[in-house]
Amino acid sequence: MTPAGSLLVAHDLRKAYGPTHALDGAEFSIHPGEVVAVMGPSGSGKSTLLHCLAGIVTPDSGSITYNGHEMATMNDSRRSALRRSEFGFVFQFGQLVPELTCVENVALPLRLNGTSRKEAERTALSWMERLEVDDLSGKRPGEVSGGQGQRVAVARSLVTSPRVLFADEPTGALDSLNGERVMELLTDAARSANAAVVLVTHETRVAAYSDREIVVRDGKSRDMERVV
Amino acid sequence: MSIGHTLLGLLESGPRHGYDLKRAFDEKFGHDRPLHYGQVYSTMSRLLKNGLVEVDGIESGEGPERKRYAITEAGVTDVQRWLATPEKPEPYLQSVLYTKVVLALLTHRDASDILDTQRSEHLRMMRILTDRKRKGDLADQLICDHALFHLEADLRWLELTAARLGKLAEAVTR
Repeated sequence: MTPAGSLLVAHDLRKAYGPTHALDGAEFSIHPGEVVAVMGPSGSGKSTLLHCLAGIVTPDSGSITYNGHEMATMNDSRRSALRRSEFGFVFQFGQLVPELTCVENVALPLRLNGTSRKEAERTALSWMERLEVDDLSGKRPGEVSGGQGQRVAVARSLVTSPRVLFADEPTGALDSLNGERVMELLTDAARSANAAVVLVTHETRVAAYSDREIVVRDGKSRDMERVV
Repeated sequence: MSIGHTLLGLLESGPRHGYDLKRAFDEKFGHDRPLHYGQVYSTMSRLLKNGLVEVDGIESGEGPERKRYAITEAGVTDVQRWLATPEKPEPYLQSVLYTKVVLALLTHRDASDILDTQRSEHLRMMRILTDRKRKGDLADQLICDHALFHLEADLRWLELTAARLGKLAEAVTR
């Protein structure tokens, strides 16, 4: 798929950590509602690519354009606002605040954006229903299983209706059955909300939930759709 | 798959006509490859000749005569023996992929291209199976899972080979 009409586009990204070139001319593009798997061996640069795309890490050179705006020209507060309201994040481990109940965890991004508690928790609960964890609303993260906790985390990542969801090894800590269920629910929810999903994974069974894949090796990316 | 043993196993629950056997087989095992009538009748003739089934009755109607088959004691023993015998693990030592990779290295072509293209093709098939799994019943899920795990094993081999291409190039061009 060509970058035309893409929501998020990266061109010639380079990022070095000391002598190590984590990204060495990487390219990326994603359309609204598309699920793109970023694959590659450990240390290939796929997480660095995700962090650059999400504005968490600033690349040494290259450009990232979100919705037609060059990210490098945005100041810190604009980038933070983008991450809070238009981007969602799911990671492998430990994203839930242990002191808060599950519904409070899911509602947290909305609360940080100034939404009232009642409204935030109502929206949170509707996302928890879609992720089939609404019955856990009053429990704390320590009282739920790994698979349930990850679904709560997915609900939280989608509660602000982000336009891009960044998922870094979202099922890495789960067994096959729980991992599959999380991927089914995550991709269903994202597609129905027309959110783009950047899915970093080294698991091919997880990547099979994507629409296409990009392979990162030695900091260079390869869009397989353009190859085959 | 041993069609003969599968049909014998289906007969253990009671006598059936050839048509019923085909329908039961297709419903439970023939997801992608339904049996041809010819296969059913040739298999039943062989089982009959070997004493593993017997004709339990013949119905004559408007069409051709319909034989109803029943499994014999020898047939039950044969099914039991088949179920208890493990399948031979296939080591796939002479895989086409291995040959392609080595040939690419020998002829100074880009072997990683072959691996990447193959990975993409495997993933394309995995997407189809994953989609079918999502929409299917438990039987579909189990059948697709079996195929998915095999494709996943191939992909793990592809990854490992990609990481070892340098060493492999040294070894085969030495």
